[in-house]
Amino acid sequence: MSRIVLNQAEITRALTRISHEILESNRGPDNLVILGIPTRGVALARRIADIIERIEPAAAPVASGSLDVTMYRDDLAHTRTRTPSRTLVPASIDGATVVLVDDVLYSGRTIRAALDALGDHGRPAIVRLAVLVDRGHRALPIRADFVGKNLPSSTEERINVHLLEVDGDEFVSIDGGSAE
Amino acid sequence: MKHLLSTKDLSRDDAITLLDIAEDMADVSTREVRKLPTLRGKTVVNLFFEDSTRTRISFEAAAKRLSADVINFSAKGSSVSKGESLKDTAQTLAAIGADGVVIRHPASGAPQVLATSGWIDAGIINAGDGTHEHPTQALLDAFTIRRRLHKAASRGKGLDGVTVTIVGDVLHSRVARSNLWLLTTLGAEVTMVAPPTLFPMDMTGWPAAVSFDLDDAIDAGPDVIMMLRIQQERMNAAFFPNSREYSRRWGLDDERFARLAPTSIVMHPGPMNRGLEISSAAADSAASTVLEQVANGVSIRMAALYLLMSGDREES
Repeated sequence: MSRIVLNQAEITRALTRISHEILESNRGPDNLVILGIPTRGVALARRIADIIERIEPAAAPVASGSLDVTMYRDDLAHTRTRTPSRTLVPASIDGATVVLVDDVLYSGRTIRAALDALGDHGRPAIVRLAVLVDRGHRALPIRADFVGKNLPSSTEERINVHLLEVDGDEFVSIDGGSAE
Repeated sequence: MKHLLSTKDLSRDDAITLLDIAEDMADVSTREVRKLPTLRGKTVVNLFFEDSTRTRISFEAAAKRLSADVINFSAKGSSVSKGESLKDTAQTLAAIGADGVVIRHPASGAPQVLATSGWIDAGIINAGDGTHEHPTQALLDAFTIRRRLHKAASRGKGLDGVTVTIVGDVLHSRVARSNLWLLTTLGAEVTMVAPPTLFPMDMTGWPAAVSFDLDDAIDAGPDVIMMLRIQQERMNAAFFPNSREYSRRWGLDDERFARLAPTSIVMHPGPMNRGLEISSAAADSAASTVLEQVANGVSIRMAALYLLMSGDREES
């Protein structure tokens, strides 16, 4: 059965902490571009940008957008055809600090594709990665700079992320696995 | 989607998905790097048994923007002019390792034969077959109309309630047929206008209103008027006395163009016979989408190639 690991308040707290960490590592909100990976990463990126604006009301609004990676995946020939989502990269990302945002970090292949996609939009000075959940089992040399929750899991388990903007309710749950 | 042979058997959802993907592809052409790695290592063969520089370079540009390798095969000066059959050509392409075949053929149904014969296991795109269909042209037309009407908010939308008048050689036009099926699937209302001699004998089952009088059709105030090319190469009989009479009665001349509503869209699949079916003033006006149609053609063909050639073909 499914077990809730983060409720709505905990998700909000995690995103607030991540926003502070982003500001700290970037030494302020300047030159930041927050790009979410569809579907749920886009909603998370929007929220992080909003939180940063609340923390630093005097600064210019932080640019946020979406970066679809469908066309850059390495498994296109092996699964059924995926329908891509929209890419909306605000203004120029040349020289910017881009923070990629995704809901779950697993094998790292999506992030690999995102890095390739990003390169076709411009040349950021720095690229960082923020994820709500890091569940381990990396297949590539990729790690997250900002993590909402580390969630050691078995490969048989499934992590579900629900967000208000996308699903109408909000929680992170884990289900399946041989132990249950 | 395994093949794209006609718009008649395209469902509304599939059509809108394809148009939406084309929106993403159109965004790619505004970026710094106008190329995607999606079809790297795949081979697209442009198999053209009829001359069509415009369609061929459009497909070629689309395939190259998706990083596919492109082989152009034109019947002129090839093994076909030495008498090779479609079967042998197809098997040759299969042996070369074609993943997608874009075929234009003077015989209606040739793409269907290629798709169902088992001679080649590749995605087949119909780029115009005889007087049957030209699905990517209709898709790019629908895409162009949708973009003009809804601009950035086009995604997910159909063409419900849009009135489209198609004028010209309906008898020979695969563009008219493909547009009729697709536009009505998307919810548009289609009127066809032509001289009586340029309508098919039997139009039962065609979901279109028929008119012989262009002036009536223009006064009805259509949202879109689509002029078809008079295809000199198919005019092997006397369908109208001479081109001047055609132009006077069924051409979009300056006077008729001036009577159109300012929001109307004037379309033409190209290449245009200026002064015959369309006047220069109409073709070069702000209402004209002729060049948008060309640009959108690349996006539509990228979307079609993506849908056909990505994914596991066994599972689709």
